[in-house]
Amino acid sequence: MKQIDLVIIGGGPAGMSAAVAAYESGVRNLLILERDAHLGGILQQCIHNGFGLHRFGEELTGPEYAWRYEKQVWELNIPYMLNTMVLDISPDKVVTATNSEEGIFQIQAKAVILAMGCRERAKGALNIAGTRPAGIYSAGTAQKYVNLKGYMPGKNVVILGSGDIGLIMARRMTLEGAKVHAVCELMPYSGGLARNIEQCLNDFNIPLKLSHTVVEIHGKERLEGVTIAKVDERRRPIAETREYIPCDTLLLSVGLIPENELSKTASVPLDRVTGGAVVDQDRQTEVEGIFACGNVLHVHDLVDYVSEEAEIAGKSAAAYIAGENAEKVDVALHTDGKIRYTVPQRITQKKAVTVFFRVADVYRNVTVKVKDGDNVVYSRKKPKVAPGEMESITLKPETFANAGALSFELEVQ
Amino acid sequence: MYDIVVIGAGVVGGMIARELSAYRLALCIVEKKHDVAMGASSANSAIVHAGFDAKVGSLKAKLNVRGSEMMEKVCEELGVKYKNNGSLVIGFNDEDRATVEELYKRGTANGVKNLKVLDSDELHAIEPNVSKNAVCALHAPTGSIVCPYELTVAAIGNAMDNGADLKLDFEVTDIRDKGDYFEIVSAGETLQAKYIINAAGVYSDAIAKMVGDTSFTVHPRRGEYVLLDKECGTLVSHTIFRTPSKMGKGILVSPTVDGNLLTGPTSVDIEDKDDRSTTPEGLAHVMREALENVDSVMFNKTITSFCGLRAVGSTGDFIINLPRERFVNVAGIESPGLSSAPAIAEYVIELLANAGMPLEKNASYQPRRVAMHAFREASMEEKNAIIKKDPAYGRIICRCETVTEGEILNAIRTNPKPRDLDGVKRRTRAQMGRCQGGFCSPYIVEMLAKEMNVSYETVTKFGGESLINVGKTKEVK
Repeated sequence: MKQIDLVIIGGGPAGMSAAVAAYESGVRNLLILERDAHLGGILQQCIHNGFGLHRFGEELTGPEYAWRYEKQVWELNIPYMLNTMVLDISPDKVVTATNSEEGIFQIQAKAVILAMGCRERAKGALNIAGTRPAGIYSAGTAQKYVNLKGYMPGKNVVILGSGDIGLIMARRMTLEGAKVHAVCELMPYSGGLARNIEQCLNDFNIPLKLSHTVVEIHGKERLEGVTIAKVDERRRPIAETREYIPCDTLLLSVGLIPENELSKTASVPLDRVTGGAVVDQDRQTEVEGIFACGNVLHVHDLVDYVSEEAEIAGKSAAAYIAGENAEKVDVALHTDGKIRYTVPQRITQKKAVTVFFRVADVYRNVTVKVKDGDNVVYSRKKPKVAPGEMESITLKPETFANAGALSFELEVQ
Repeated sequence: MYDIVVIGAGVVGGMIARELSAYRLALCIVEKKHDVAMGASSANSAIVHAGFDAKVGSLKAKLNVRGSEMMEKVCEELGVKYKNNGSLVIGFNDEDRATVEELYKRGTANGVKNLKVLDSDELHAIEPNVSKNAVCALHAPTGSIVCPYELTVAAIGNAMDNGADLKLDFEVTDIRDKGDYFEIVSAGETLQAKYIINAAGVYSDAIAKMVGDTSFTVHPRRGEYVLLDKECGTLVSHTIFRTPSKMGKGILVSPTVDGNLLTGPTSVDIEDKDDRSTTPEGLAHVMREALENVDSVMFNKTITSFCGLRAVGSTGDFIINLPRERFVNVAGIESPGLSSAPAIAEYVIELLANAGMPLEKNASYQPRRVAMHAFREASMEEKNAIIKKDPAYGRIICRCETVTEGEILNAIRTNPKPRDLDGVKRRTRAQMGRCQGGFCSPYIVEMLAKEMNVSYETVTKFGGESLINVGKTKEVK
């Protein structure tokens, strides 16, 4: 069996960034396994701009952003295999993969970085009543047809879900000559970025219907229309508000799910809230030597943060392979429900840690507090927090050095 | 001139055609849809019933028990997945207990083997996730599961490999009696046949009427289902039924041969024979009752929901007869139709033989078909040998169900050839997983277009107007 120090599963933004960071930290025997025909992951089809503002201080398109990393992969001669699908990862880090040239092959890795990204929640999961015609796509699938294949999935569009891909596709379909009749959002707020609501909906006069959902699908062969309705505070459709919208296309942007099927084969424990692995500050999972980063770990708003997180995983994997360690601690991070989750979920080394978190609802005038028992070790005021925008704070080692657990709480005035 | 034309490419028509292809007959199957297995055979409970439900002495009882006995061998020959998982009918109170006892008696009278009435402890010992409120159950070890569309595709493919023709998009609009043969008319083409088998599902009454038989009617009964992720596929190992009522067997919870968990069906009589829509009430009913029967069914792991239409005949039993010379009705094949299908085929051949149809064995008849899932089940060494010969088997197209390009191309080239996305899905399981084709469908559209030598934007989901794309970008008006 082939022996490789570091195997990176996925050659999207997370995988490439992790690989470059690991290389720069001294790892030379490494390999990226990518299932697509190109590096770059989902960025390849994200031809809109807005990527890289934090990272590079400029607005790049998805492919341009990906190229910044792909170029480094090339220049550093980091090996990668394309059209290669990983089928299994064992807890002792034997990676089984397949491609056309090698057939099914196995690699014994010293460390593995999980960077498989996420997928869209499909229509079936929503259990919408009605028929099952053609013309219903997840927003990302439609994006692939339009941007990569050059075909239009339809002309008269309703979008369910105001996630970022849905918002981006509202604009994209409009620019390609389709009519987008409405974007319906089940929640009373959008899960997308504020800038996308402005630039993709408001600039094109596309109505955003908050607290609305699609309750029925019509049409025998191709979609002919959808019935939408307003929902009450418990998200149940209100019958009197039913409204029929004729359309030939329904796009769904109703959530992203980290793709952790392989993590499960490696017995990596997952966090029920994030859908990704439980990790420490190094992005090491609870299976030693297996790291995770990017959207497979938790869904990010901005690729810039994916790159940042992947660098942590890449550096940490290098340190793990080299056997380097900081002083050990064991601090569990808890949340109060208003804060839905933190990444990492656990701190195991005594060094400064940036903790990312998301909130459960839109809150104004809040104080983020981190407590060790009753003792507040960190506190910061914020005018507004929303589920669509990831937050982060950095904790100094002295704040948790002697703590068994830290509690992340949101105080709302 | 065909010797015999089978109208309807569902599991019943398919199994009959396969049986007929063992004889030297010019045989054709006609189907109005874009693919085979598009009616009730595409959406039902996927159960091989043991045979304790049907009334003693009925055709249903006889053919169910016989079909259930035949099914394993048929599936083995056709390379179709089959699992003898056993079934349980659970009861919650004294009234249910009486029903369970009655089913036991009826099943035993019908010839079902090894039936046993279980008490609560025995039940929960073999199915710990069945509701703690269940107090008794009928255990039928011969109950099994099979995939109905896989069986239909395989039966028709096998019939075609043995010489049968298949004509899709062939909607029979009239049948003309020409004395010693029939003319079977569709919008495009007219066929001539000496014999006709009417296996047209919910439309079999309309077909019978074309030859003057108005002795029965068929109406659709809606059955809605919710299908769950493979993660939930081991919640129960048996097929779990509730004690039956007049309208059917209640909401079942069952593993599928592919490892998913299936819940359903509802049972509502409707008018429209084309109305395959699900309803909010129906789906809610499925979920509510499934949770009454089995603890912690995780409906947040739903992959899809769908609706099938049972072909309910007006006589209460299967309608298998010759209302006139050389014309056989195989109608009203509601549950246990799938279970009975192999026995129905055998029975129809008997009817034809008795009616004087010349049946001479086809010496080159090959009852076996290579399983579509052969690659999936091969060892790593076997797979590597295949990939070496055909690199397309090394490339994964459907990530959720791990389906390779080689398997998809093989399916596209194998009888009965799929011509749309759903056809590829039913044959290969590509697009059947948790992302429901989100990743792989653009690639499969490309493969279909290339293999059929048509342009990308003409590929459909299931024929007709079910187009996936409406044109090229910049050209859409």
